[in-house]
Amino acid sequence: MTQATALETDTTLTPARLNHLQALEAESISILREAVAEFARPVMLYSIGKDSSVMLRLAQKAFYPGKIPFPLLHVDTSYKFPEMIAFRDAYTKEIGAELIVHRNEEAIAAGANPYTLGTQNCCGLLKTRSLLDALAEGGFDAAFGGARRDEEKSRAKERVYSFRDQAGQWDPKNQRPELWNLYNSRLRKGESIRVFPLSNWTELDIWLYLYAEKIPIVPLYFAKERPLITRGGQMTLVHNGMKLLPGEEVRTEKVRMRSLGCLPCTGAMRSEADTLPKIIEELLTFRRSERENRAIDHDEEGSMEVKKREGYF
Amino acid sequence: MDTVATTNFEEFLDVHLAQELLRFTTAGSVDDGKSTLIGRLLHDTKSVYEDQLAAVKKSRVNRAANGHVDLSLLTDGLKAEREQGITIDVAYRYFSTSRRKFIIADTPGHEQYTRNMATGASTADVAVVLIDAKAFLREGKLLPQSRRHTYIASLLGIPHVVAAVNKMDLVGYAQESFRAIRKEFVEFASKLGLKSVTVIPVSALEGDNVVTPSRAMSWYDGPTLLEFLETVPLAVANHNDPLRFPVQLVQRPDANFRGFSGQVARGVLRAGDRVLALPSRRESTVKRIVTWDGDLHVAAYPQSVTVELEDEIDLSRGEMLVSAADAEHGLPEITRRLRAMVVWMHEEALVVGRTYIVKHTTRTVRATVKSIRYRVDVGSLDHVQADRLAMNEIAEVELETSLPLFFDAYSESRSTGSLILIDGLTNATIGAGMIVGTVESGAGENEQATLVLVPGRAALAERVRDALEARGHRAVVIDDALISDDAFVAVVRALELAGVAAISSRALFPERLAEVTRSIQGFAAGAIVSGDGVDDEEVVRLAGVRT
Repeated sequence: MTQATALETDTTLTPARLNHLQALEAESISILREAVAEFARPVMLYSIGKDSSVMLRLAQKAFYPGKIPFPLLHVDTSYKFPEMIAFRDAYTKEIGAELIVHRNEEAIAAGANPYTLGTQNCCGLLKTRSLLDALAEGGFDAAFGGARRDEEKSRAKERVYSFRDQAGQWDPKNQRPELWNLYNSRLRKGESIRVFPLSNWTELDIWLYLYAEKIPIVPLYFAKERPLITRGGQMTLVHNGMKLLPGEEVRTEKVRMRSLGCLPCTGAMRSEADTLPKIIEELLTFRRSERENRAIDHDEEGSMEVKKREGYF
Repeated sequence: MDTVATTNFEEFLDVHLAQELLRFTTAGSVDDGKSTLIGRLLHDTKSVYEDQLAAVKKSRVNRAANGHVDLSLLTDGLKAEREQGITIDVAYRYFSTSRRKFIIADTPGHEQYTRNMATGASTADVAVVLIDAKAFLREGKLLPQSRRHTYIASLLGIPHVVAAVNKMDLVGYAQESFRAIRKEFVEFASKLGLKSVTVIPVSALEGDNVVTPSRAMSWYDGPTLLEFLETVPLAVANHNDPLRFPVQLVQRPDANFRGFSGQVARGVLRAGDRVLALPSRRESTVKRIVTWDGDLHVAAYPQSVTVELEDEIDLSRGEMLVSAADAEHGLPEITRRLRAMVVWMHEEALVVGRTYIVKHTTRTVRATVKSIRYRVDVGSLDHVQADRLAMNEIAEVELETSLPLFFDAYSESRSTGSLILIDGLTNATIGAGMIVGTVESGAGENEQATLVLVPGRAALAERVRDALEARGHRAVVIDDALISDDAFVAVVRALELAGVAAISSRALFPERLAEVTRSIQGFAAGAIVSGDGVDDEEVVRLAGVRT
């Protein structure tokens, strides 16, 4: 945990009461270890975002002094921010993790994009299909994901061990009851389980932990002057090879990303927060939820639930 | 969500980092207004974002009357629920105040979904049971569902129960009505043995006594619901509790390190402590308590750590470290026959004689239902006879497991006293069990021996086998020289798992013999029969052949 508390625990003979982050950390580590003990071939979905960064640190802690005993899987839509890819490659190398990158090359070659397909179909091809293919190719029976229950309404009902049928689909009405910390890992051939070690963390917990643990994150989270345009009502960062539509003008503003997805579908927000404490301070005064700038959640009422039923994380 | 009160943000962060976590669950009947109450808690603690509130305001559904915003929509997550207007699965919500962080398990009130109430209750520090004041006055008593939910809260060992008497606005905020409800609830709760019971009059719709004190009920001088949740004492890990460390994972990153990872389930673990491994009963000393953040001198429930021992002893996942000082008293129960209160959660009934899979701590075994001692009628709390258990029914059940479990009674320890039942065919989680204790062995019950040792008496070994087989038991003589002494325990263990008795006439050294006996005691169901100084007839009888 934080240096101060680790020291405290170390020098006293009676253990201190755990604060909420220590309690969440202990629970997450236990979930990671339980899954590694019980599944034949786990993998960790690594999205490069802040939640993935926390999950990765928890995995390092869970298996210390050993290395992380499973590969990381990044589903690359080809629309990710270049800063994300650079960070991914450097950081996984630094910590010595095994990285698998999977792309739906067929759909990418066919020109799949959110503008002509709509975000629903584009996600379906480049994320959901690609993810299911990668899991099948790797023969993975369990996949760790960084989803949190506080993110979105349909996620509030998600189990820590989320059962998926042979087609990778989620049936919200037929979930296994989950009691205490006794997780049911039993599967038949072809079935799998998504394991969510961060289920009980909130967005604020994630930022506090990143701060307390000094965990590196993609620089896009910090405010900086960046070139951008307004498209579809959101501020979209300009990148190499982007075609401007008539009437679009590039301008520069001090912005940051609150959550990271694909470039065309993740909006930037105006911000002065260029350090973690400033981000946390800003978060505490926020009156809007973090997924609000994610176009994919707003296609229709309950759209995340529809995606999850199909196999999206 | 808090506002930033201090100018020194680092100080503010320290306060945030030091906050404790409280988990609570909400339960009540279909129309008691649970979702509205939670919506109210989130709304009045400013935990709702503008865009979420805007989405609720423009939603096609609105069940709140008089132009109120329907706050229940903040928590009704799934499409089907929004359409049907009922909560059909447990949903988790999060909010914080300047005092604490909260996790809410919002559990449905519909009778068919009692299993979800048990799910939410299993990890809760506090249960909030909603009582509809208007419905109470109409019926003149607590609704059956309210009784059921309070009973489940007591069964799942939730330390504090608070009854939120809701819809006080619909009964004119009348003190007499509240008093009548409080009296009946307190009586019922004390009958259940609940120790910490609080009753608060609220209106979730109007916001009275949820976060802000009610002006309409100035006669009430107790805490609001939020004040109660912010100040109720949290259970502290008791340092006098005996140590229970179920091994989750053995880590061997290289030849020099062998660590046992797990979460301390009970008590305290200290570097330098003498510990005892179960079931092998081998002793060792804690060399290090290893974490990424550095070695610890001490670890307690519920910390996740890795333990390195001084000696190479036989210990794997599903086994347990306890304190060697507890070897005389203070050990967990070690048995294959146990009694548990079971909440059944599946459409297909529990049937006596059927075998299921049980997961208890990190140990997974097969378990056969030997009998149903009684079923609890949740309305009357009477014990009734039963030979099957339908969905949402609760009973005390006798289980016989394929390997011994190391447990404490659930009333002593939720983490070492709880188990889940899994269907071996469908893999569904079908039941939840709270262990009561060991089944007292009845007179005349004589189980078949696991191991019969008759050194140097090969003919007797064969006779015991034949006698067992004649009685329909399965038995094998393992005198074959191909089975080395080193493999002896493993072979006996494999035979035991297959339900076969092992018999041997081989001559083992006394130390070796002691080691074999000790190794087998931990997992064996039946007796270990030593033929030393015992005549043939007696050996046959001890082996489980009755004449």
